[in-house]
Amino acid sequence: MKVDIEKRILAANDEIAASNRALFAAHGVFVLDLMASPGAGKTSTILATIAALRNRYAIAVIEGDIASKVDAEKVRAHGIPAVQINTGGACHLESAMIRRAVDTLDLDALDLIIIENVGNLVCPSDFDLGENAKVMILSVPEGHDKPYKYPNIFQVSEAVILNKYDTMGVFDFDEEEFRDVVRSLNGQVPVFPVSATKGEGVDAWAGWLAGRIDAAKETDAR
Amino acid sequence: MHEMGIAEGILSSSVSAAHEAGARGISAVYVTIGELTEVSEDALQFAWEAIVPGTLAEGSSLDITMVRASSSCADCGNEWEHDRYSGSQCPACGGWVVMLLAGRELKIDSIDIDEEGDA
Repeated sequence: MKVDIEKRILAANDEIAASNRALFAAHGVFVLDLMASPGAGKTSTILATIAALRNRYAIAVIEGDIASKVDAEKVRAHGIPAVQINTGGACHLESAMIRRAVDTLDLDALDLIIIENVGNLVCPSDFDLGENAKVMILSVPEGHDKPYKYPNIFQVSEAVILNKYDTMGVFDFDEEEFRDVVRSLNGQVPVFPVSATKGEGVDAWAGWLAGRIDAAKETDAR
Repeated sequence: MHEMGIAEGILSSSVSAAHEAGARGISAVYVTIGELTEVSEDALQFAWEAIVPGTLAEGSSLDITMVRASSSCADCGNEWEHDRYSGSQCPACGGWVVMLLAGRELKIDSIDIDEEGDA
């Protein structure tokens, strides 16, 4: 006998993500899911973003790693609340992990939560966490061919940060081809060249993010 | 490689639907996967075989239907099927404002169950 189910496979994750999204909207908090490979500069980009926006917004960070708490400690050293999630081997964050982490934060006191996803260009792209926007970082040393190899993450991202831009002269990175492939995957997505550790290009990226945060606050307030 | 988590999601929905229907076992599970997701068909089959032993779905087949991506154009209304790289611009009018119609599915459709009394 055939039994119809007609249900999303990740229904359990999606339901918690929807509830997270409602919770964030109720408290007027904008949530960014930042995805990249290991070593692309997620933590340094977060620190540069904090430096650019901390006078304007109250910020907290959720750090996702398979193990260790080094990233959360780096962020806390800058006086920013940080929660470390250790996935214990899992290659991506899921909405229930975010919910448990968020429960330890004072949402009323926050404007922006930056989630640093597990370093991986594949799995995080399929999981809704309840975020307002997914954004990815590609670093120049990884090569301009990455959008061919990991297309999905470029398709679900609302902005692409091209980090370590200052190393462009050292690596054989074809920026024009990179931008062409990214456009073929995700026509409207902005690409921000950034050198996070030097602070270069951060203003344009932070300006885009601030625009999204302010627009979401207006929507939430309605 | 998150197919194990996907397989667990399929298994838990299948087993609870089979329990509700009073099934003795599950013989087949039908799922639909969009080509734009990061799910590998082979890895999902492998994960399925690894997790079903000892459950109601032991010995069941996993029937995967892969769905091509398609989009429609907001400017001219054209609808077209595409791969990952040809979906963001309308091939008919060159417009960039497009809406994805299919390709991101991760859906469990139905199961075949063995009923009480079946041989």
